[in-house]
Amino acid sequence: MLADKDRIFTNLYGLNDWRLAGARARGDWDNTAAILARGRDHLIEEAKASGLRGRGGAGFPTGVKWSFMPKKSDGRPAYLVVNADESEPGTCKDRDIIRHDPHKLLEGSLIAGFAMGATAAYIYIRGEFYNEAGHLEAARGECYEAGLIGRNAAGSGYDFDVFIHRGAGAYICGEETGLLESLEGKKGLPRLKPPFPAAVGLYGCPSTVNNVETIAMVPDIMRRGAAWFSALGRPRNSGTKVFCISGHVEKPCNVEEEMGIPLRELIEKHAGGVRGGWDNLLAVIPGGASVPVLPKSICDTVLMDFDSLAAVKSGLGTAAVIVMDRSTDVIKAIARLSRFYKHESCGQCTPCREGTGWLMRVMDRLVEGRAEIEEIDILDKVTRQIEGHTICALGDAAAWPVQGLIRHFRPLIEERISAFRQRSVSLAAE
Amino acid sequence: MVKLTVDGIALEVPNGCSVLQAAELAGKEIPRFCYHERLSVAGNCRMCLVEVEKVPKPVASCAWPVAEGMVVKTDSPMVRNARRGVMEFLLINHPLDCPICDQGGECDLQDQSMGYGWGDSRYREPKRAVREKDFGPLVKTVMTRCIHCTRCIRFLAEVGGAPELGATARGEDMEIGTYVQQALTSELSGNIIDLCPVGALTSKPYAFVARSWELTRTDSVDVMDAVGANIRVDARGPEVLRVLPRINDDVNEEWLADKSRFAIDGLKHKRLDRPWVRRDGKLAPASWDEAFAAIAARMKDLPGEKVGAIAGDLACAESMLALKDLMSALGSRNLDCRQNGARLDAARRDFYLFNTTIAGIDRADAILLIGTNPRREAPILNARIRKRWLSGQVPVAAIGPAVDLTYAAEWLGVGPAVLTSLLSGLLSGEQSFAKKLEAAQQPMLILGQGALARPDGEAVLAAAWQLAERFGMLRADWHGFNVLHTAAARVGALELGFLPAPGAKGFWAMRAGAVDLLWLLGADEFEVARIPPTTFVVYQGHHGDRGAQRADVILPGSAYTEKNGTYVNTEGRAERGRLAVYPPGEAREDWKILRAFSAVLGRPLPYDDLRSLREKLATTHPVFARVGALPAAGCTDQSGPGGDPAAMLPNPFTFPIANYYQTDPISRASPTMARCTETYYPGLAMAAE
Repeated sequence: MLADKDRIFTNLYGLNDWRLAGARARGDWDNTAAILARGRDHLIEEAKASGLRGRGGAGFPTGVKWSFMPKKSDGRPAYLVVNADESEPGTCKDRDIIRHDPHKLLEGSLIAGFAMGATAAYIYIRGEFYNEAGHLEAARGECYEAGLIGRNAAGSGYDFDVFIHRGAGAYICGEETGLLESLEGKKGLPRLKPPFPAAVGLYGCPSTVNNVETIAMVPDIMRRGAAWFSALGRPRNSGTKVFCISGHVEKPCNVEEEMGIPLRELIEKHAGGVRGGWDNLLAVIPGGASVPVLPKSICDTVLMDFDSLAAVKSGLGTAAVIVMDRSTDVIKAIARLSRFYKHESCGQCTPCREGTGWLMRVMDRLVEGRAEIEEIDILDKVTRQIEGHTICALGDAAAWPVQGLIRHFRPLIEERISAFRQRSVSLAAE
Repeated sequence: MVKLTVDGIALEVPNGCSVLQAAELAGKEIPRFCYHERLSVAGNCRMCLVEVEKVPKPVASCAWPVAEGMVVKTDSPMVRNARRGVMEFLLINHPLDCPICDQGGECDLQDQSMGYGWGDSRYREPKRAVREKDFGPLVKTVMTRCIHCTRCIRFLAEVGGAPELGATARGEDMEIGTYVQQALTSELSGNIIDLCPVGALTSKPYAFVARSWELTRTDSVDVMDAVGANIRVDARGPEVLRVLPRINDDVNEEWLADKSRFAIDGLKHKRLDRPWVRRDGKLAPASWDEAFAAIAARMKDLPGEKVGAIAGDLACAESMLALKDLMSALGSRNLDCRQNGARLDAARRDFYLFNTTIAGIDRADAILLIGTNPRREAPILNARIRKRWLSGQVPVAAIGPAVDLTYAAEWLGVGPAVLTSLLSGLLSGEQSFAKKLEAAQQPMLILGQGALARPDGEAVLAAAWQLAERFGMLRADWHGFNVLHTAAARVGALELGFLPAPGAKGFWAMRAGAVDLLWLLGADEFEVARIPPTTFVVYQGHHGDRGAQRADVILPGSAYTEKNGTYVNTEGRAERGRLAVYPPGEAREDWKILRAFSAVLGRPLPYDDLRSLREKLATTHPVFARVGALPAAGCTDQSGPGGDPAAMLPNPFTFPIANYYQTDPISRASPTMARCTETYYPGLAMAAE
């Protein structure tokens, strides 16, 4: 269990002041200039050495991502873009970070922005986060007033601006390049890659898009050192992580824990356990709506980090743990997710536009059992026809939950189908 | 250059090439819907997925750049499965109503599903239906068929310069439309019909008219403006049913303007299909013999200088040569082709040609428009200017009343005074266009008919030439002086010398009654009714338009789709139109009418067939010997035309085309063009009623 001294988000629950004074009392903005004085290369090396992997879902090593940014400008400015469009169902970590610890994000923006040579950070915040945007705006104002960002940010001699942009509530605008399009004022349609944002990003300039949690972790990593961070967790899955535990648990919560904590321990220690006891558990979606569901047998032992979950064909994603007990109709639960992806597909590329609707319609029938047994295989094939054939990862995200359901709950689906058939046969006989 | 292998074929391709282009160079066909050579890459249909070694997922070949040593597979199991999958997805919400779809037979979706699909669908759910949109009188929509390739959106935004289409809503609810319903305002809107890979956008006038396999295709050339777009004429039996563009990168790329595409239903209305002779003040049907006899009777004892001829805007070179030869046999040198009164100087070819050439616009680095609105006068050429404007930082300025050209032009003023100031260096501030012109390596100016068809036309022409000289546009390696014509026949006529000889009577004199017999070869674009009643008017043409109403004898000729004719476009490029259907009724090919009449007079013209006529054309006027080609550009003689710039008048330039959709007898007879006029120029349509 994570010791209190190793916590990064010390005001995750909003028990203390979120404003600059409170943040300073917790150690934020403490001699930031000294961190910047270590130089760009040092900061990037430190980020690499810490083993920090992106907290937005894909888990790409952050230091490596930063190193893709051009070392020397070709005349174009470079930008850090912070993805605060947190819309993954089940996920609410960025929201609490912004609400209760906005200065961590702002300080992290300055440090990360400096490390990658960015002249400004654009924070794209989800439109529904109305009060959170208010906090962030207020914190930004405090920073400008205190000289922490702007010209000669925090006395470092580096000029750095922060802009806050409110989205309009589309899931697809949380996709890296869809976000850039939206930020530029266009429809949020993901871009083709290559070119990657580090070459041609926001307004055609080199850009890096990072998640709120990733950026907010940066100041502590730089202060306490990469060795401290990488000692937490497991190799290649180091550090701490904010887990969002929701669903059929006694006390749903956000909690910062060490990476690699067993799922069962996470739920029982922090969320008061599964409703009705561990044996009442049916399944868990361990990383937000887009990762495959896990049955209880796997949940018993699985560790919560990128590699362990990938090994059981799921993923850490955003670490939004959605717990479902035995009262859950898991087919209906996944069908609801299929409806979500159908609704949120941008419509740009064929497999996702057409495929998500197909998945939703078949899933809706499977909920009733109004289908043929063969359709389960067809459904699985359709998900594989979507997966990997699209411009962005939304197609994959729509495919995986259905794949997980078929992988682990096929007998349940078959049972539902035969029950439906029996019902219709007996109805016909009457 | 980059070395790679495609399906085991090693090849070298230029840097920056896409995998799709490389595969095409290797002779491999890659299916695609959204990709189009002349539009930006969207990468959204996912039909062009291929396998690239060391890349885990199939990649969209249209958007994937080639890299050294890349190994591409276009026919592996992974690729085949990916294509089948995409094809199945495209078809699940497609209505599959091919039997009632106008695209049937020339549909990319049909062809590619045959070539790359499964042949079956596993989709058992209800299909999507989309409400029809009204895009105006030209483009018909069946939006349920749309596969969201966005070609139409990209065409109008990029080439058309009228970004009116877009996609609303998300996911499978995404719809292509104008958001607030309106008719498309681009003069190039018809091209989205060609671009649409399915039957979502089809031709409204052509709806349910014919199947593509019933049509006879004839390659020809367009005459609705002076660009000379390459077209193919699709006909069934005696009817021209549609016109489509042919690819010619030097002229129209693969676009066609709406008038050229849609005015063809005018070929079936108000046609002259038999000769008419005016008797007792009324036109009465007559036979060819009677018509010829009536003209011969009026000509009897008439001296040559009392006979004259005016050539119209749609006349082919063959008929103009025959008419010119007939006139000289009669001893007349009263010829003119400038029925809009343009003060053109035919002393040298580069005084009246578009010397830079249309393809040359792609190399220009500063463009000055004088008294021209190319968007109305030559939409395809305008698209070329826009393309140039988009591709680099090419400053464009214009003189005349400000209009929307689809690109940003700096409007320097409305009248010739601007020319004077530019010449005298008055407009030479740091930020001025004159500075940009001076800095440009390959500047060009385009002089429109609006600047020439006015009393001081010679002066404007001379001033424009001096301007070209002053800003270094006249060099042996670059000719930046251009005249943009609006009439397809004009340059051909100038090449033939269809102009009054010194001392002979020109257009204005003939219109005012200086000749006793006036032969109008399809000349309708002036106030024909004002020819005094003492003049005996022979109208030879194909439509019962203004000229025919005033005529004393009507000789039914043939329209451009009904004869083998040569036209010279504004660049001086000779191009051949071909006979697609026969002229209606007793109408005949125009040169044959003139040849027959010359025999009635007893002075037969020295050619009996088209071949010998064209031989004479080519030997007397070398431009007609090089069909399709253009001689080397460049200006070797800087001495200018004769006018005096000081004689320029202060009144502003006006543009010659008030209504783009009705500019000639064919488009005036076209119901489709009438509907366009109602839609786009409601004021004009009401005035006409």
